Amino acid sequence: MKVAVHVTLKPGILDPQGQAVAQALRRLGFAEVADVRVGKYIEMKIDSAHMQGDVRERVEQMCRRLLANPVLEDFSIEDPTP
Amino acid sequence: MNVAIVRFPGSNCDDDVAHLLRRVLGASARFVWHKEHELPPCDAVVLPGGFSYGDYLRAGALAAHSPILAAVRRYAEQGAPVLGICNGFQVLCEAGLLDGALTRNAGLTFICRDVHVLVEGRPTPFTAAIPAGRLLRLPIAHADGRFVHPDVEALEAESRVVFRYVDAGGGVTEEANPNGSLHNIAGITNAAGNVLGLMPHPERAGEALLGSTDGRLLFDSLQRHLSGSLERVDP
Repeated sequence: MKVAVHVTLKPGILDPQGQAVAQALRRLGFAEVADVRVGKYIEMKIDSAHMQGDVRERVEQMCRRLLANPVLEDFSIEDPTP
Repeated sequence: MNVAIVRFPGSNCDDDVAHLLRRVLGASARFVWHKEHELPPCDAVVLPGGFSYGDYLRAGALAAHSPILAAVRRYAEQGAPVLGICNGFQVLCEAGLLDGALTRNAGLTFICRDVHVLVEGRPTPFTAAIPAGRLLRLPIAHADGRFVHPDVEALEAESRVVFRYVDAGGGVTEEANPNGSLHNIAGITNAAGNVLGLMPHPERAGEALLGSTDGRLLFDSLQRHLSGSLERVDP
């Protein structure tokens, strides 16, 4: 099955990359862009044969231990798809 | 003095640290590969600068989970001196041996220039011999040096800020802050005071030929700490 994780900067953490992207979009004529935050999208293939316990719980552990840095980032996990 | 320098794939200041220790200070230094599970007998450990694992995911994130870090953690827990320089600082933060995180410079660019930092805070093995309030001129070279911390006031209250970016006159100004770090923080120590991380590169400022010898002071301090001619830093 496939699991996708979104890692985003916590509110309040300055995102200079997002600001630069917002500026570039406005320069392209997208005046409606008020703010941009750039995050990460991580897609994983999960081998069910090696799955221990609940997939969501396991992926949450992956996020806490490696995929996201709790000082800077939040994460959300999409529902697994076959 | 016998120092272990940890080498990750992508470390690139490891030889600079070894050069300063061996050729300038006459100390012993040996390299330890990241896949090792044990540290050799040593008086201190240095995690050098560079781009371990290509900075993939986040700077220092993958190195923080390499086999040698478990040994470095045990070593640090015994109260032994551990120094993380630049990427080494990022690794120590990602490993939880230091608080906070280092992320993209506020100005987005990679910055490579000399800065002034003020030595302050509680004494560490690497700074106890440097008079408080001393200004050091050290080079920085990083893209991810913006220090972020969820409770920076607590860090300040515990005197754990050891290096702060200042102007040439020692003023803590916004202009002197190269990367947008909270409170101009350039380096911090852990609660016990034996683990130190900083973004500037002391190993690149250890000889007059390189423009500054201020970086040497950290290693001179370590030497004095180890020889017992300094008050020991009680954890």
